[in-house]
Amino acid sequence: MEPKEIFEKVTEKFGGKAVELQGEGFRPAFVVVSPESVREIALFLRDDPAMKFDSLMCLSGVDYKDRFAVTYHLHSLSVGHQIGVKAYLPREAPSLPSVDMVWPAANFQEREAFDLYGIVFEGSWDLRRILLPEDWEGHPLRKDYKYPEFYNGIKV
Amino acid sequence: MKARAEALPTQEMLINMGPQHPSTHGVLRVILRTDGEVVVNARPDVGYLHRALEKIGERVTYAQYMPFTDRLDYLAAMNCNAAWAWTVEKLAGIEVPERAEYIRVIVCELNRIASHLIAFGSFTADMGAFTPFLYAIRERERINDLFEDICGNRLTYNYVRIGGVSADLPDRFLEKTKEFLDYFAPKVPEYNNLISYNKIFVHRLANVAAVTPEDAVGYGLTGPNLRGSGVPFDLRKNEPYSVYPEFDFDVCVGTGERGTLGDCFDRYMVRINEMKESVRIVRQAIEQIPEGPVMAKVPRMFKPPVGEVYFRAENPRGETGIYLISDGTVNPYRLKIRAPSFVTMGIFEKITKGLMIADVVAVIGSFDIILPEIDR
Repeated sequence: MEPKEIFEKVTEKFGGKAVELQGEGFRPAFVVVSPESVREIALFLRDDPAMKFDSLMCLSGVDYKDRFAVTYHLHSLSVGHQIGVKAYLPREAPSLPSVDMVWPAANFQEREAFDLYGIVFEGSWDLRRILLPEDWEGHPLRKDYKYPEFYNGIKV
Repeated sequence: MKARAEALPTQEMLINMGPQHPSTHGVLRVILRTDGEVVVNARPDVGYLHRALEKIGERVTYAQYMPFTDRLDYLAAMNCNAAWAWTVEKLAGIEVPERAEYIRVIVCELNRIASHLIAFGSFTADMGAFTPFLYAIRERERINDLFEDICGNRLTYNYVRIGGVSADLPDRFLEKTKEFLDYFAPKVPEYNNLISYNKIFVHRLANVAAVTPEDAVGYGLTGPNLRGSGVPFDLRKNEPYSVYPEFDFDVCVGTGERGTLGDCFDRYMVRINEMKESVRIVRQAIEQIPEGPVMAKVPRMFKPPVGEVYFRAENPRGETGIYLISDGTVNPYRLKIRAPSFVTMGIFEKITKGLMIADVVAVIGSFDIILPEIDR
C-alpha cells in the first residue's frame, strides 16, 4: 500500500491523532501521529488485515533541537510494504506509551532511546539504561549534551 | 530421605557469565540465575564496548565516517562499508558505476563467507570441537589475502567509497578469486562430514532454543536467525538493492531437519548453506562484471540534500539498517544504526528460560552475535 493510502486509513480511523504525512524527502514516508496515541495506532497498523505491519525494523530517538521525536520504521513481511511513524515530543519531560507489547523487538531499542535521549516509554516492561552504566548522568545523544569531566571521580 | 532433602536446601544461584568469557564472543555479560544446572533467568548486560559511534557520526563528514563502519561488525567490515555507502547514495541520489556495484557484491559475498566461517568455527569450538575452527581459519585466511590485495588491509578494509570503491581490482584478482572458489566449494561438504552431522554435535543443538516463526518476526530477528525459523526472507531477494537482482541464488531456510523448526541446529545449517549460495553469487559476478569506471563523480565538499532515509542491507548477521537524517550540511544530523545483533539480544532472555547452562553457550553461538555491533 502507498504511504498516502496508509495515512488516509489512519486518519479515517483515528481522526486528528494522525497529524500529517511527511512524504517529500522522506524515504520511507512518515505518518506523524500524536505521542499519546502511538500504542493504539501501532496496534491498528499491526492487526489491520490490509496493513499487517508485523515487523518493527528500527526504533530511534531524534533530537530536532526544538523538540524530540521517536520514529518507528515498520515493514510487513506478508504484504511487503513499508511505512514510517513519527511522534514529536516536547523537550521538557518527553514521554510516550511503549510499544513493546505490540512488537517485542521494541524493548531493546526503547531502552536505547531512553538511555541516550532520556525519552520515557510509559508501561515498558523493563526500562533501564542499556549501553551506558546505570549511574551515568545525562543523555549523550542530545544536541545540548555537555561532556562530563569526571565519572565516579575518574577523569574522562 | 525427606529429612536429608530438608537438611540440604536448594537455593537459586546468581552467576556472572562474562564479561570476559571465551564463549560470549567478546565482552558480553550474562547475569544467570540458576537452579542447579537449570537456568531460571538469563539477562544479557551489554554496553561494555560502547564507543558512541552514533555521536561520532554527527561530528565527522559523510566520507570520514567510512572507517568507523569498519568497527561495527569487524568480521564483515566490507558489508558495513557498503551499507553506509548505499545509504548515503540513496539519500543523495548518486548513480554508482556498474563495475563498482559488481565489485561491491563480490567483496561483500566473500566477506559473508569469511564471516560465516568464523561463525561456524567458533560455534563448533564453543561446542567442544576445536578442530573445525582451524579448518575455518585456514579458508578465511585466503579471503583475507584476497582483500589484502584489494586494499592492503586484512580486517578493517575501508575499501568502499561513497560513489564507488577506492580502487579498481588489482591484476589477476578475478582469477585468484576463481581459484579460491574452486578450492573452497568442496570444503563445505567436508565440514558437514567433519562435524555438522556428528551425532554428539547434533544432540547438543537439535531441539535447543527453538524460535517460532512468529517470535522470530516479532522480536526482530533477521538474517540467518530469521531464516533459521523457516521464514524465507532475504533482503537480497525480497528488497533487492545494488545488482543483486542479476544473480540467481536460493534463500536458505531452516527446515527442522534434526529436531524442531528454528532450533540451534537450523540456524547453524542456514549459515553452512549460505556459504554455498555466496559462492554461486561470486561466480556469476565474476562472469558478468563489466569494464568501466569504479567511482562516480562526488564533490569533495559533499553536501547531500535535506532529507531522511532508511536503508537496510543484508549482512552476514542480519539486516544492518541505517537511519540517516541530513540537514544539508557536510555532517550527518543524526545517524542511527540498527545493528542486527543488538536487536537479536532482545529475545535472549525469553529463549534461554529453562535451558541448561551449557545450552546458553549454544544459544549465543547459534545467534552468531558480535559485540562491537551490539554496543556501537
